[in-house]
Amino acid sequence: MRLDIAPILSALRRHRITSTLLVLQIALTCAIVCNAVFLVSDRLHWMHTPSGIDEDRIAAIRLSVPGKGVDIHSRAETDLATLRALPGVEAASTINSLPFSGRSWTTGIRLDLSEKVPRADMAQYYGENAGQLLGAKLQEGRWIRPDEYAWIDDVATKRVASPHVLMLTEPAARRLFPGKSAVGQVIYMGDEGYRVVGVVRWLASAEGNRQTIGEAILTPFRMVPTYGAGYVIRTAPGRAGEVLAAAAAALKKVDPRRVVTEKTTFAEIRSDFFASDRALAAMLTGACLVLLAITALGIVGLASFWVAQRRRQIGVRRALGATRGDVLRYFQTENFLLATMGIALGMVLAYAMNIMLMLHYEVPRLPWGYLPVAALTLWLLGQAAVLAPALRAAAVPPVEATRG
Amino acid sequence: MGTEFSYYLEMAVRSLRRNPVLTALMVVAIALGIGACMTTLTALHVLDGDPLPGRSGSIYMPRIEPRASDASNEVLRPDQLTWTDGMALLHAARATHQALMVGGEATIRPGDPGVDPFIMPARFTSADFFPMFGAPFQFGQGWSAADDEGRAHVAVISDALNARLFGGANSVGRSIQVNDTSLRIIGVLAPWRPVPHFYDLNTGAYASPEDIYLPLTTARATQLPRAGGIQCWSTGSTEEALMESAPCAWLQFWVQLDSADAVKAYLAYLNDYVHVQHASGRFELLKPAELTSVKGLLDEKQVVPGDVRLQFWLASAFFVVCLVNTVGLMLAKFLRRAGELGVRRALGASRRHIFAQLLVEAAIVGLAGGVVGLGLAWAGLGLVRLNPNRSAQLAHMDISMLLTTFVLSVVAASLAGLFPAWRACQVPPGLHLKSQ
Repeated sequence: MRLDIAPILSALRRHRITSTLLVLQIALTCAIVCNAVFLVSDRLHWMHTPSGIDEDRIAAIRLSVPGKGVDIHSRAETDLATLRALPGVEAASTINSLPFSGRSWTTGIRLDLSEKVPRADMAQYYGENAGQLLGAKLQEGRWIRPDEYAWIDDVATKRVASPHVLMLTEPAARRLFPGKSAVGQVIYMGDEGYRVVGVVRWLASAEGNRQTIGEAILTPFRMVPTYGAGYVIRTAPGRAGEVLAAAAAALKKVDPRRVVTEKTTFAEIRSDFFASDRALAAMLTGACLVLLAITALGIVGLASFWVAQRRRQIGVRRALGATRGDVLRYFQTENFLLATMGIALGMVLAYAMNIMLMLHYEVPRLPWGYLPVAALTLWLLGQAAVLAPALRAAAVPPVEATRG
Repeated sequence: MGTEFSYYLEMAVRSLRRNPVLTALMVVAIALGIGACMTTLTALHVLDGDPLPGRSGSIYMPRIEPRASDASNEVLRPDQLTWTDGMALLHAARATHQALMVGGEATIRPGDPGVDPFIMPARFTSADFFPMFGAPFQFGQGWSAADDEGRAHVAVISDALNARLFGGANSVGRSIQVNDTSLRIIGVLAPWRPVPHFYDLNTGAYASPEDIYLPLTTARATQLPRAGGIQCWSTGSTEEALMESAPCAWLQFWVQLDSADAVKAYLAYLNDYVHVQHASGRFELLKPAELTSVKGLLDEKQVVPGDVRLQFWLASAFFVVCLVNTVGLMLAKFLRRAGELGVRRALGASRRHIFAQLLVEAAIVGLAGGVVGLGLAWAGLGLVRLNPNRSAQLAHMDISMLLTTFVLSVVAASLAGLFPAWRACQVPPGLHLKSQ
């Protein structure tokens, strides 16, 4: 029994429908698995978006706002002094949002007051020394100086003039001032012009998609919790969790009537933000494994059927001198041929499916690299699945030729 | 026909028992497909749900463009109102019901000094909130328009808060300490959860309903903290003391309009209002008013997450693979019995009989697949609920999904069996007799 492909093909032609179904199944599996694995890797990539900050050193606390008649500035300063005095706390500030926290504050940006429509909506970081405290890296220019910060409520109620400086992240700078340095340029938030004094390399915003997540503005405002900000502390590396509990307790001691509404480490914030992506990735991975298992089961089922159908024929071949190895190889080659047809069709389907996903969802183009991996997987899966029925076929004794 | 069917049934069960491996493969294939499909369908069904079944069709959100022409933020169709406009529309009372509202936070101080105060989501609204949205009362009732005007210190609390504070007893008439204010409880809601949280998507599309409701006027007078979205323009700032005069939209306003004529009349009224405001110089942009339905708003805000739809499409593709697989396996199974079927044909069974018998067999496989698939879907939903996202927490199977699972499973298996059964019927009666 030679490993001739022609006789195998002619045998397959005799059960054309079952073979076609198997090819179709392998093709669909190939297409779905390619796309699903691609979506998973795409999500994993997104989940690893850098924040640009010292993630293992940051924790945040939010409190209910104090009752009436409390001086919000001195209260904020007392709180911050309390936090800074705690062992393990290296720095503390009041910041409106953190990367990936979902609490996004955005403002329309104009480069000229004559622009009717703002050219971008950008995320804002409010809070004294927010960039340094979080651990963002300065790329160009300088940080906002301590004397340039003003209390947000004073500015909002026009008790003091707005300090007209700000910083941009590098992606924001590149979008607003492509091809030139942003430092020294002026941008407008509302009717107020602000001069860019520095650019930080990367600081992810609280919310956004892949294109906009890195675009943010650091403003020269000192925040107070009544304006919706929380306290953020910086600790030694890896100690954010343990210091956090003490910090929350200390703040509560300042005014026991306040309630801690949120107490999180940055690790938890990141984990929450990407929770649904993680869930989707897990779901798709599970679905792929199940799908491969079903296809393997289908191959086992059909191969068993073919072996059972051809027992007498196999017996005849064996009586005519075919070895067990020949019979085994026959079924393995048959499966290889079917898998190859399925994979070829599957690649076309995979691209069709990818185009459909690209049209309806924010899915990028499927890279070629997935196809050889999917092909190899399906070939191996087919060979493994067909092994048991093929061994059963190889075990058919030559004497079977005389039966029936 | 009855005896014929039970005969098919018997034959089918016997034949399914004869090669249990193939049968098991088919059942597992269908079950996995059904399980994956139903898991995602259920998630979608829950998330895409109608928040107020039977009622949402007559609930609308009036939208007007209150901004000055120097609006720096070109967001069209604002979905909130300013205090000035909200109060004007509320007092005009041109709809069957209307309610002006905003979300908030209530720090509740239990009577027991040993128990820490806790924060609950609150809704500051007006009297019609309860009748308009059909919020069910367990004890007591909502407040009246007079309470709104008088800034009465009254509150309606949720079933959950009532359980937490009063052990579930009728607490109407008792008082509750919220921030620095004492409120008299006048009503306790029965468990109620409109999903999605359509009336204020700013506080989370799948947010739980609030635990304490009180008049908006009272909340403002006692300076309870607000929560939710806010859009400002011109000189608007979020300075709390100025919120009622600031050019900021921060209130949700909903109306109930019971007929197409009422909708038309209300829209005309809204446009009149816009024209008057524009003529007086308050509104600089003259944009026509709109009435957005509940469904319209959910579609516009794309409340159903794209991931859920993506999962649904993948699960459907998955189901197709399972079906193709089942067709192949059934074909293998039916053709393997060519000999037996040939004999039966030779003995006088008509093609129709054989066909019916094989289809019954396929349906049984589908039923078994449905049972196993239901278990898988149940487990799958358990996994979905591990997702800390709020929307995922709602994924539970209900009766309609349970029935759909079975119907889908049996129909799918029968469809998968159609072609193999037809093929098997083509076996000529004589041929296999000879070869035996």
